[in-house]
Amino acid sequence: MDYTLLFVQVINGVQLGLLLFLVASGLTLVFGILDFVNLAHGSIYMIGAFICASLTFYLGNFLLALLVALPLTGLVGYAIERFVARKLYEKDHLDHVLGTFGLILVLDTSAHLIWGPEGISVPLPLWLDGQVEIFEGAVIPTFRLLIIATGLGVAAGLVWLVNYTRLGMLIRAGASNRTMVSALGIDIKTLFALVFALGSMMAGLAGMLISPITEASIGMGGEIIITAFVVIIVGGIGSMKGAFIAAIIIGLIDTLGRAFLDSLFELVMSENAAETAAPAVSAMMIYILMAIILALRPQGLFPPKVR
Amino acid sequence: MNTIGKITIAGMLILAIVPPVLLLSGQAFYMDLATRLVILGIGAVSLNLILGFGGMVSFGHAAFIGLGAYAVGIPAYHATYGEFEMVASYNGLLHIALAVGFSALFALITGAISLRTKGVYFIMITMAFGQMAYYFFLSLDIYGGDDGLTIDVRSELPLINLDSPMQLYGLSYVSLAVAMYLVHRMVNSRFGMVLQGTKGNVERMATLGYNTYYYQLLAYVISGAMCGYAGFLLGNFTTFISPDMMHWTRSGELMFMVILGGASTALGPILGSSLFILLEEILSSFTIYWHLPFGLLLILVVLFIRGGIMGLFKNMGGSSK
Amino acid sequence: MNTLLQISGLKKQFGGVIATDDVNLEVTKGELHAIIGPNGAGKTTLISQLSGAVRPDSGTITFKGSNITNRPAHARAQLGITRSFQITSLIMSMSVLDNVALAVQAHDGHSFKLFKPARKITHLRKNALQFLQQVGLENRADDPASALSHGEHRQLELAVALASSAEMMMLDEPMAGLGPEESATMINFLKTLKGQKTILLIEHDMDAVFALADRISVLVYGKIIATGKPDEIRFNDDVRHAYLGEE
Repeated sequence: MDYTLLFVQVINGVQLGLLLFLVASGLTLVFGILDFVNLAHGSIYMIGAFICASLTFYLGNFLLALLVALPLTGLVGYAIERFVARKLYEKDHLDHVLGTFGLILVLDTSAHLIWGPEGISVPLPLWLDGQVEIFEGAVIPTFRLLIIATGLGVAAGLVWLVNYTRLGMLIRAGASNRTMVSALGIDIKTLFALVFALGSMMAGLAGMLISPITEASIGMGGEIIITAFVVIIVGGIGSMKGAFIAAIIIGLIDTLGRAFLDSLFELVMSENAAETAAPAVSAMMIYILMAIILALRPQGLFPPKVR
Repeated sequence: MNTIGKITIAGMLILAIVPPVLLLSGQAFYMDLATRLVILGIGAVSLNLILGFGGMVSFGHAAFIGLGAYAVGIPAYHATYGEFEMVASYNGLLHIALAVGFSALFALITGAISLRTKGVYFIMITMAFGQMAYYFFLSLDIYGGDDGLTIDVRSELPLINLDSPMQLYGLSYVSLAVAMYLVHRMVNSRFGMVLQGTKGNVERMATLGYNTYYYQLLAYVISGAMCGYAGFLLGNFTTFISPDMMHWTRSGELMFMVILGGASTALGPILGSSLFILLEEILSSFTIYWHLPFGLLLILVVLFIRGGIMGLFKNMGGSSK
Repeated sequence: MNTLLQISGLKKQFGGVIATDDVNLEVTKGELHAIIGPNGAGKTTLISQLSGAVRPDSGTITFKGSNITNRPAHARAQLGITRSFQITSLIMSMSVLDNVALAVQAHDGHSFKLFKPARKITHLRKNALQFLQQVGLENRADDPASALSHGEHRQLELAVALASSAEMMMLDEPMAGLGPEESATMINFLKTLKGQKTILLIEHDMDAVFALADRISVLVYGKIIATGKPDEIRFNDDVRHAYLGEE
């Protein structure tokens, strides 16, 4: 076995996992507190990527663009909450799904109108565009290390926010008892809008971080949203800890599956058959994992407490 | 007969007469539109069985349509290009058996797992299983993967020639009528009463002694199998199949058809699929950005129209409070 | 004495709240056993554990001699133990008669029949109608359940519980929200059931409880502090102190 390659792929898996966590944490935050299913979360991820891409060309610096794009994405999230999502809260989950499905069409087509049908590739500053040799042969792009650092930083920030701040206390209280929070004299509407904007910023951040690797494109939201759903189902909807652990597991399984499944299959079947079967199986692996976990624990790994 | 019954009959009569007349007067385009509408209508009717009457919000039903279509495409591919002699065939009856059988099997396996969950978990897990099928066919390079698969020869059925647009439409129309009849009988049977009861209140049904899981699972399997049959028709209609037919947005569209027309009514899914396809056709002829008004419309329907179009009819007819 | 239901050492905790704290209780066949207690004493949680909606943390529930602690709700119902709900939980989209017919159908054994119209199965409809007559709702049979008044919903809940022909019925506050006249009707009706059915009654209306119950258990903060005949409970110092004193 090639341990250097394994190491590189594990790093890639962790990086994918942390990106997934950024998207999934917003999704699970919004669901846990607002009881709202937001399919359009992936479109916000896309919008974040596009805003950042445009700003990178305008400001000439990716990191600067990212810092400006973050609050702008939060604003987009706030507007979505204010004009559409808020009106859907009191309806049932089916209406959430259909309403936000409509929102996807609106947002994706708007992106098409504004930025055109082609994807936009985002240039990195020179110092980020290089590679780092961790040990002999194990070369990792510097930017991927930045993604990992950012992901871990945001995760730590979320833990701090939810557990040690007044806003976090309100969020935790609001999740278990809305009437109580209202009774405390807190404007629950503003709290909800804040949570929604925060979730949007995290999704947007993930989109901004991935865009230099893939490019900002119209379809990117629809792909990530399903994987993010798998993450929060496996982790337990509403659980931040569950989202983190599930995101890392799924990031690793997906990356390692794509990289090594064919060699694994070659041990038991012909090279030809392995080459056909491996991509199909690795594409399904995270869903098979989800099925197994749900068959054993229908509420995911870390089910939220009963309301 | 009540208002709703009359509207249902009228709607089905229009579908029986107008498209063939248009075809005979040389308007083949409208026949194409009607065929697509009727086939997707079968999918919507089968989704309505579990979504409208059973309260199971399945977000992965496009997968069954895709499975049904590949049940035509794969045997036909091997019959034309060799390999896998076992399945190679143009026999339409075999294709139907494969489409219905594999859809039912996929529904049984995914349903058995999904139905252990409730509410939003169920929505998401059915969606994820649908995507699983999508990625599976996407990565199968032998059948075109991303690029899809062209069906060179349509299914061969006794008495019916599917190469004739009129006969294909006829088969699709009759299938739709049969599907509607079957669903109507099922939801009013003792089984259907239990199914509707589980939609209303699962805990109550358990307290009465019903093991609701098995009733829901059977409904899910029947619905999946019917959708697979619609896929068989769709494959023969488009003669081109691709994983895109199974993408989760297709499942969302199918759900939208049911809700737009009016869930848990007989004609609702057909009205929904008709309106959906007509709107798609009209809007996309004006602008390539037609998804924008379409999405806005969807949001407005969810926010303001309770019970879909059939709900509006009901209010006009004053047949219920 | 013939014990139908036996509960021993039942415990249930939600987070830091102890809802059921080492409850021991016996219900004798044919008796009307009332459970009273202040709000939040854990009465509904207790019933939910008996019906199978909530799993206890520890303890055992024995019904007709068999341990049902880990049986799912539908299996318990099939054994002959059913409940009514405090918050009306009928199937609102269905007609009044359909609601009762579903309960009759549950032990008729043909619920996987897919094609025969259910509303043409005459013995189901007739039986269901009889239960509606028993509670006095026969003239509302074809209305949707959603069209009934609150009082009528309580009556229909009872008809559904009766129609499931369970040996033991657990009634969760059947009098909740009823006016004085409706309450009186309900009390009279429950009196006619005495002896035919074993009933575990949860109720806040003290007049009703003392008029109906053969035995009463008092539940306070998840613990049963006394069980006895109505007169014994009425003059029990602990009970007066913990519960009746508050009224």
